[in-house]
Amino acid sequence: MNFQLTKEQEFVRKMVREFATNEVEPLAAEIDQEHRFPVETVEKMAKYGLLGVPFPTEYSGAGGDHISYAITVEELSRVCASTGVICSAHTSLCCWPIFNWGNEEQKKKYLPDLLSGKKLGAFGLTEPGAGTDAAGQQTRAVLEGDEWVLNGSKVFITNGGYAETFVVMAMTDKSKGTRGISAFIVEKNDPGFSIGKTEDKLGICASSTTELIFQDCRIPQDRLLGEVGQGFKVAMSTLDGGRIGIASQALGIAQGALDVTVDYMKARKQFGKRLSDMEALRFDVAEMATRIEAARLLIYQAADMKDKHLAYGPKSAMAKLFAAETAMYVTTKCVQLHGGYGYTKDYPVERMMRDAKITEIYEGTSEVQKIVIAASVLGK
Amino acid sequence: MAFKIIVCAKQVPDTNEIRINPETGTLIRDGVPSILNHDDANALEEALKIKDKFDDVHITVITMGPPQAKDLLIECLAMGADEGILVSDRAVGGSDTWATSNVLAAAVHKVGDYDLLFAGRQAIDGDTAQVGPQLAEKMDVPQVTYVQKFEIADNMKDIRVERALEDGYEVIDIQTPCMLTAIKELNTPRYMYMKGIFNPDKDIKVWNAKDIEVDLTTVGLEASPTNVFRSFTPKPKGKGVVVEGDTDKDLAKNLLIGLKGKHVI
Repeated sequence: MNFQLTKEQEFVRKMVREFATNEVEPLAAEIDQEHRFPVETVEKMAKYGLLGVPFPTEYSGAGGDHISYAITVEELSRVCASTGVICSAHTSLCCWPIFNWGNEEQKKKYLPDLLSGKKLGAFGLTEPGAGTDAAGQQTRAVLEGDEWVLNGSKVFITNGGYAETFVVMAMTDKSKGTRGISAFIVEKNDPGFSIGKTEDKLGICASSTTELIFQDCRIPQDRLLGEVGQGFKVAMSTLDGGRIGIASQALGIAQGALDVTVDYMKARKQFGKRLSDMEALRFDVAEMATRIEAARLLIYQAADMKDKHLAYGPKSAMAKLFAAETAMYVTTKCVQLHGGYGYTKDYPVERMMRDAKITEIYEGTSEVQKIVIAASVLGK
Repeated sequence: MAFKIIVCAKQVPDTNEIRINPETGTLIRDGVPSILNHDDANALEEALKIKDKFDDVHITVITMGPPQAKDLLIECLAMGADEGILVSDRAVGGSDTWATSNVLAAAVHKVGDYDLLFAGRQAIDGDTAQVGPQLAEKMDVPQVTYVQKFEIADNMKDIRVERALEDGYEVIDIQTPCMLTAIKELNTPRYMYMKGIFNPDKDIKVWNAKDIEVDLTTVGLEASPTNVFRSFTPKPKGKGVVVEGDTDKDLAKNLLIGLKGKHVI
């Protein structure tokens, strides 16, 4: 057991903290209110290697580990959860399945542009009728000659409006249930592929969440990711890792909210006392700090297990469940501690509270995490 | 032949994180993170910009300090420097600026040929601004301090700099080899690259006093002519506010609004 970050991981935190403070935080309130995707920040993240942290350098990754990746998403989300999820969805949901399930040609073709951040990635699993019930895929893919033809639509796709490479699930054999689902790599300019409606959301307003539409979308046969019928496995293994990213986002939101609240409590006086000197409120801070630290340990442990190729699925589900609920608990409390000011857009905690809610929903709701965790404890 | 730049850098306590012991008035250094001195980061950034622009540029960063100052070199390499040298020896501990520049001069001699010596104007923990100029004297190269703008010609020989003064600046032409000290106006330092953090060309050397063949009677606390009479921390000054307005009337009005807002009047 070793609970110390490595030197590299400490440098990652220092680097991303500086980057986030100078480049991300100043924009956070503005892009939230304008619902504007921060293209300029994504370019800077690409330049410094934040979009390919846990991948080898031979594919233009940074050569880092998953704890460093978790720290990256955490530190970005500490000041802007929208920016955090851009990094997380790109890295965990698009780069990783191509890295893990792709053949050598696919990896060489797609990863250098993705990991260097020249292109952004997205992942298409959810459909209007297939959310938590991900197996209910209606999007179909049929092999015609040497082309796959895709028809259907996906919803709530993070990075949808700005991604150029998509990992998409589609049903290739309905009679086989989940074993009839296959995964494909779709490019932005593929014929018959288009971006539909952009969602207007409660939080993470600067991230792009769109519909993907496939109307006789024709892609070459070699875009199949993994084997025919392996799509559900591709998707579920991808989400196991994605949960480390979302848990890190939730952790970052909670830590960011606590940090600004601590500053506020030290400055704000009522009844002739600073809030930070009032015992009841100090206990609130103790409770928040403890939950945050517990979430952090679960996340880093899941990330460490992933690096060591151990079965980390239930652990990342626990990390995501606990971190998301911590984010909601902490941000709600932080708004309360700010009083009326916390309810205004002059302070960042109301944004953080809105941003926190999604972490209990996407990449598997809290209820889905409990299904995964319970299955690991009780059996299916 | 490669264009060789040597950057001198210092690891300093992060002044943003420093707290003051209210009883003794001294700095509480325990648990304060160490950082790359700000002006030195500007010096390194300018060197990196030369490397971005021209082929075959080699940057060596030299620092003197305790073993943990190696972290500073890892950071510099992660930003893009090629080589780091830590001069670390108990014999050089407690050196003042004169003794420090003796150590650095010996280290620069040991590195060998160079085209450009770059350092920050001053370190945020000592604020002397003496080491750079002393090093230039000891290396017998021309120097320009307070560099706020830097241009090098394609011949990699002719340099034009702006030297900041209190009320303006001087434009100075100088040729390599020379020594420059940077101020924050020169540029905005880059961050470490993620790739650099995980895969730095870990070319970090640790040299002791013997390695750099420095005269031991000229380094360390004993050899330092400076006697510190007293050190104190100036009382922190509140952030100033500049009142803006197009006319005198506007200025007066805005001033009044500001004062009223703060319940001063």
